[in-house]
Amino acid sequence: MSEFLAMGGYAAFVWPSYAIGVGGLVVLALVSLRQWRAAKAELARLEAAGLSRRGRREDRG
Amino acid sequence: MVGNVAPPGRSLHRFANPGRFMRLSGAILPWLAAAAVVVCTVGVVWGLVFAPRDWQQGDTVRIMYVHVPAAWWAMGGYLGLAVASFVSLVWRHPLADVAAVAIAPVGAVFTAICLVTGSLWGKPMWGTWWVWDARLTSVLVLFFLYLGHIALTNAFDEPERAARPAAILALIGAINLPIIKFSVDWWNTLHQPASVTRFDAPAVHVDILWPLLISGLGFGLAFAAIALLRMRTVLIERRARAILAARGTEGAGVSRPVPAA
Repeated sequence: MSEFLAMGGYAAFVWPSYAIGVGGLVVLALVSLRQWRAAKAELARLEAAGLSRRGRREDRG
Repeated sequence: MVGNVAPPGRSLHRFANPGRFMRLSGAILPWLAAAAVVVCTVGVVWGLVFAPRDWQQGDTVRIMYVHVPAAWWAMGGYLGLAVASFVSLVWRHPLADVAAVAIAPVGAVFTAICLVTGSLWGKPMWGTWWVWDARLTSVLVLFFLYLGHIALTNAFDEPERAARPAAILALIGAINLPIIKFSVDWWNTLHQPASVTRFDAPAVHVDILWPLLISGLGFGLAFAAIALLRMRTVLIERRARAILAARGTEGAGVSRPVPAA
């Protein structure tokens, strides 16, 4: 196991490469997912506000 | 060629319907994401654990299973960005512009991964983190092209107005793609020439080729899944902005001021 972790003496180069490669993809995916959820929540808020406002105006008219 | 002059609603623009795109992409995305996770995991574990170490490079050769897929899709993504920009410019296809906006940040991250892992591979093998040679410099230019596209997209209040200048930038920058690809043949460089994507047979043993191809497929699936998710986000954001804009003109049109909600 420790031999595997040592990467033939190149641990300082191999492990950061995998951390940056895999970590970069995971962080990008999570950030993109958060932006998607925020956009969807914002649209839902706007649509709900639009509907309620239209409803009120119909009540008035 | 009557088919080519079909009304826009019947040919290419059939897929421009955001509702249709949202339904289709929403159905595909979970499967695409799951496939990306599985294939990436297989590729990374294979490269890290089971792939043979190189008799010259030792275990640093394992960096290849991250570096090369990232490089492939950094360039493949730019090709997608250029094609989307061309379609956006010529046919004004609204989804093409959305695709370009969605692809650029993903491509920038892939290019950054390629550059950093390349640096981490270059230090032990070449004795330097960085050289200003043709391959490394042209990939750095690719990174700045992606950043330029992102900056241009965000420079306009109405994102639709950014489509044209951003598309022109992307198309001009596409000149860089063949420069990256052939830089290792045209100039003297520390970077080794292509081993897999050659016109004759790959010059790589199957024990190395398989994990590399699987990792490459996994990175490609991840690129596609994230870009698709970002396209959906951009469409939702634009719909929200359209509602806000419509409300603004609606408010300006009525004689009686609309009471604040």
